[in-house]
Amino acid sequence: MKRILLLVLTSTFSLFLKAQSAAELLKKVQAKLDKVNDYEAKGKMLTNVIFIKAPVANVKVFYKKPNKLRINNESGISFIPKGSVNINLNNLFINTTGYDIIDMGKEAKTNFRIIKLLPKDDNGEVVLSTIYIDELQALIKKSKTTTRENGTYELEMSYGMYAEYGLADKVIFTFNTKEYKLPKGITFDYDDGTKKDQAAENLKNKKGKVEIRYSGYIINKGVPDAVFNK
Amino acid sequence: MWILLKIELFKIFKRPRTYIAFGAIAAVVLLFQMGMKFDGKTYLDLILNNVNDSFEVSDDFKSKLLNGYFICFAILNVLLIQMPLMVALIAGDAIAGEANMGTLRLSLTKPVSRTEYMLVKFIASMIYTILLLIWLAILALFGSMLIFGTNSLVIFRSEVIEQMNSYDVLWRYLAAFSFATVALTTVAALSFLLSVFAENAIGPIIATMSIVIVLTILSEFNIPIYDQTVKPYLFTTHMVAWKGFFYVQADADNKTIDGTIQNLPAILRSLGILVIYIAGFVGTAIWVFRKKDILT
Repeated sequence: MKRILLLVLTSTFSLFLKAQSAAELLKKVQAKLDKVNDYEAKGKMLTNVIFIKAPVANVKVFYKKPNKLRINNESGISFIPKGSVNINLNNLFINTTGYDIIDMGKEAKTNFRIIKLLPKDDNGEVVLSTIYIDELQALIKKSKTTTRENGTYELEMSYGMYAEYGLADKVIFTFNTKEYKLPKGITFDYDDGTKKDQAAENLKNKKGKVEIRYSGYIINKGVPDAVFNK
Repeated sequence: MWILLKIELFKIFKRPRTYIAFGAIAAVVLLFQMGMKFDGKTYLDLILNNVNDSFEVSDDFKSKLLNGYFICFAILNVLLIQMPLMVALIAGDAIAGEANMGTLRLSLTKPVSRTEYMLVKFIASMIYTILLLIWLAILALFGSMLIFGTNSLVIFRSEVIEQMNSYDVLWRYLAAFSFATVALTTVAALSFLLSVFAENAIGPIIATMSIVIVLTILSEFNIPIYDQTVKPYLFTTHMVAWKGFFYVQADADNKTIDGTIQNLPAILRSLGILVIYIAGFVGTAIWVFRKKDILT
């Protein structure tokens, strides 16, 4: 009986220790991100969606705490995916107190620490966030956010000059797209005989990707609110 | 021949009805531009209905989308289907109108060959078509650029959205308008041919429109049996090839390449088919006219 009690206590204690260290790691990551109150970043955006043929766009990304984010195409028009506000990693930690933290251990291939954030609020938009953290650098390398209405968003980050602020040099944002189709009676398309790469069925519910390669950040110099109200 | 052409052009532009087409184009373009200026965002809502589940469709986005290039494309999409009627008004009248007025026999008493006479008549109709398209370009393209400004051009096709940089658009319009000239000349040639058989201009004009309407509907039918058997041979299928200049080549990641066209050989093939039609219609018209007894 004593042995069983000891075993239960030991395993509970070790689980507690592991959870605590995940929380600590999150705090370290968050502390880095907290250094940034606002930023303005220049970059190039590549849109890869099955039904959109678009050129590379020169964009400016504006961010202001706690969760204001705007992507502006400086020289043209860009289709900005819904949920792009999530490219701001701080968004993961808004209402952190309202999450249960689950430590999933390490990813075998990359050795990144996998932590799941489960919102306590049953009615919130976010259902689950999974983040992959480089423990040595205290940087989020990947994240996956499942939402109630807008599918799953995935982020993949590469860091460089601005790693000390937790700001990436390259972000790949993956999101769900819905079917796009307009009646031919409206568009009067010209059939130039180009073979469609994908069958019409494949156009449904595909993943879209947006890649932003940042060329430089201006951090904590203030960003007017008017930028976000356009 | 030059003097003959000048006389023909004088006759065309002396008639008040010649200007009906110019007036109609101006009215349609201005009404469209006015509608877009005041309620363009509602129009866009209908088109963007398909994408606003996946993408941010803000007012700023819509304002950028509603630029001069986009407005011009929307106008051309509608107007180039109606313009054959305007072209037929003049080309259908070329020979039948003279026959109706009783001046055809008189004209042919001059020392001019029938072939020359017919060619001049057709060239005059062609010049009218070109002027009509220049007028359309001034109003629809340059007018819209003035009113709405310029930005990237976004084309909403049935299954694809094409996007191109603003600096990569003007040459496409130049090419598209040039192609449209050939497309409408095909209609002019058809109307010209029908004009040879009639003694009254109304007949060839209505016949041309009926043929264009029936063939356009057939070209747009989504019935597989027609796709390979009938559609490739209809001139109406190839008349919309001007749009091909706005279909851009893209790499494996769907990134467009500036200054490219998705399928230039297909456009050139369409151009070739239209030129063959023009040659066929005009050649037949001349052949018939040369053998015809001119009684009026």
